[in-house]
Amino acid sequence: MSSPDLIVKNARLRGESVDLLVKDGKVLEVVPAGKAPKDAGETVDAGGLSLLPSLTDVHTHLREPGYEWKEDIATGLAAAAFGGFGNIMCMANTDPVNDKAGVTEMLLDKAATAWPDGPRLFPVGALTVDLKGEALAPMGELADAGCAAFSNDGVPVKSSALFRRAMEYASDFGKVVIDHCEDPYLGVAAGANEGEISGRLGIPAQPDAAEAIQVARDILLAEYLGLPIHLAHISCKKSVELIAWAKQRGVDVTAETCPHYLTLTENELADYDTNAKVNPPLRTEADRRAVLEALESGVIDMLATDHAPHAAHEKEVEFDFAPCGITGLDTALSVTWGLVSKGALSEDAFVRAWTTAPCERFGLPVNRFQPGDPADFLLFDPVEEWTVTPESLRSKSKNTPLLGRPLRGRVVRHFLAGKNIV
Amino acid sequence: MQWRHKDLLDISQLSRDEVLHVFETAQYFREINERPVKKVPTLKGKSVVLFFAEPSTRTKTSFDMAGKRLSADTFSLSKSMSSLQKGETLKDTALTLQAMNPDAIVLRHSVSGAAKFLADRLHCGVLNAGDGRHAHPTQALLDGYTLWEQWKDFAGKTVLILGDIAHSRVARSNLIMLNMLGVKVRFCAPRTLLPPAVRSWPCEVYTSLDEAVRGVDAVMCLRLQLERQQDGLLPDLREYSRLYCLSPRHMELAAPDARVLHPGPMNRGLEISSVIADAPRSLVLDQVASGVAVRMALLFLILTRKEA
Ligand SMILES: [Zn+2]
Repeated sequence: MSSPDLIVKNARLRGESVDLLVKDGKVLEVVPAGKAPKDAGETVDAGGLSLLPSLTDVHTHLREPGYEWKEDIATGLAAAAFGGFGNIMCMANTDPVNDKAGVTEMLLDKAATAWPDGPRLFPVGALTVDLKGEALAPMGELADAGCAAFSNDGVPVKSSALFRRAMEYASDFGKVVIDHCEDPYLGVAAGANEGEISGRLGIPAQPDAAEAIQVARDILLAEYLGLPIHLAHISCKKSVELIAWAKQRGVDVTAETCPHYLTLTENELADYDTNAKVNPPLRTEADRRAVLEALESGVIDMLATDHAPHAAHEKEVEFDFAPCGITGLDTALSVTWGLVSKGALSEDAFVRAWTTAPCERFGLPVNRFQPGDPADFLLFDPVEEWTVTPESLRSKSKNTPLLGRPLRGRVVRHFLAGKNIV
Repeated sequence: MQWRHKDLLDISQLSRDEVLHVFETAQYFREINERPVKKVPTLKGKSVVLFFAEPSTRTKTSFDMAGKRLSADTFSLSKSMSSLQKGETLKDTALTLQAMNPDAIVLRHSVSGAAKFLADRLHCGVLNAGDGRHAHPTQALLDGYTLWEQWKDFAGKTVLILGDIAHSRVARSNLIMLNMLGVKVRFCAPRTLLPPAVRSWPCEVYTSLDEAVRGVDAVMCLRLQLERQQDGLLPDLREYSRLYCLSPRHMELAAPDARVLHPGPMNRGLEISSVIADAPRSLVLDQVASGVAVRMALLFLILTRKEA
């Protein structure tokens, strides 16, 4: 066995005390604690902290170019690094939209300059030009420039015919299409679930059927075409039932949900809290439970943050006028680890949802702690309590309904390809 | 009774006793409105800003008159006069108003929750004069007061609220208040003009006016916004009036001596027939008179509140 250049001693991996041996940025071996050789270049004593693979976020909004007052690539990657994310897929709804190789290259350049060893950025290219849903984006050029997938996220494609062509064309480059499922005629980006709360508050709202109708469309197209589809930020029980049905039929469908759909409900809106205004909207308790169960059982494959930063002055307005979005990179790990601590989510499902499933679907590097895997890992304190305050968040924007609430579990150190980035 | 509330944002913040206290206070002020000299010095030196970001001559005039009859100085600020038109945020408008140190602000705004938004940021009292589809507490209180003057006792009464419930803050606030007073509430509207989760609301829901009106003690008509037809919620206004216009034929099905209310301004022939609007049992003009008295009561209670 070649000798390691980094040893992490005395860490807890799935309940076992282990030492992790790393060489050239890759996992060499995981051995029982105390069995590591003594002649390593660098030794880190984990002191019993949990060893977790770095997380992957397949759905984040970095806002650069165009909306740098909300977030830029440097601050977004900082939030990712400190939040425990090693791979980040950023959506195309910037200004200009990421529908040209030049934009993709600029994103990658900026990321490499801001965080040379930091979280890896994988841009998601636009599915249609300027996200207008009228003409296909040059997906070949975008794939060559480094786009990992394609999506019209934020502006669902209305025409099923065009969406079909987009799925077909993307598949020529081996890329998966990610769809933001929302029937554009049934209440667009309302930010509230249609039901009792929205009725009482008197705010525009969107029914769960708006999401489920498009989930059904996408599934039927994927089956008909024999092509993959990835469904973004699933929020409701109806969608879960459709996805389960599709998987039974063998349709190549994967789906993600977000920490807020697992932990929050439409009740957050009761005081017109614009920080809880998100698209798709927070739904009912029955939806929350269904989505959580689906994640545990694998009907929903993965987690994503849908990190959507907005500046304070944009959210501090009348409810109807506030943009939709919740930040997530800073808090996602603690929030979802909280579900593991409570026994509401298994650690296996947690690891699958944040690491293996997204990386397999989109062809990103993943650490399973097998020899040769990238040494992307976290030393994580599962019990440290911290309160979500504007100061505790690295993201430039602080729009989360969790402000003022305590969370448990925090990244202490973060290594990417064997390099300590946090 | 000690008044506890800095603001009046929604009926749901009040208790039943507080609602009745408003009625009793209004009763007292109603008498002032009938004197030859309709002015008392009660709120002398107090300043009240009338901020109507959505136009409403009727409610604004009512508040203005209420303030002036209590000797408060009232100042009007419309959306076009404020800098909201120039892109200023409501927050900045609020802070600007705060700096002028008024004692109360009366806000009318097209977005639900706007009154709470302002109240959270201002030291002075905020009176919600209608926010989006959410609440219109002073309208509900004046409706309630008008009925109270007629009935004194609400036990066993049934009130039908008729028309565009889905978009109506008047319906929402009245439902809460009438429930609180022990009145049975019915809603009647086509399905497209009912809120989505209305079946779980504490009221009986009808789509047929003939059924809904049977035996009720009062009918509260709502104003139909003519653009609902463009919104695709109605086939056309003729069909709406055929099915939902309150006419003498319907009133024969109601309880004898049943009353009719309308918050105004009325679309005669569309949601209410002229015969009914002008009939002796119509309380439409009583509502206007009650409106001034109830708003005097509310300004008085909020502006003379002793902070605990
Ligand atoms: Zn989206």
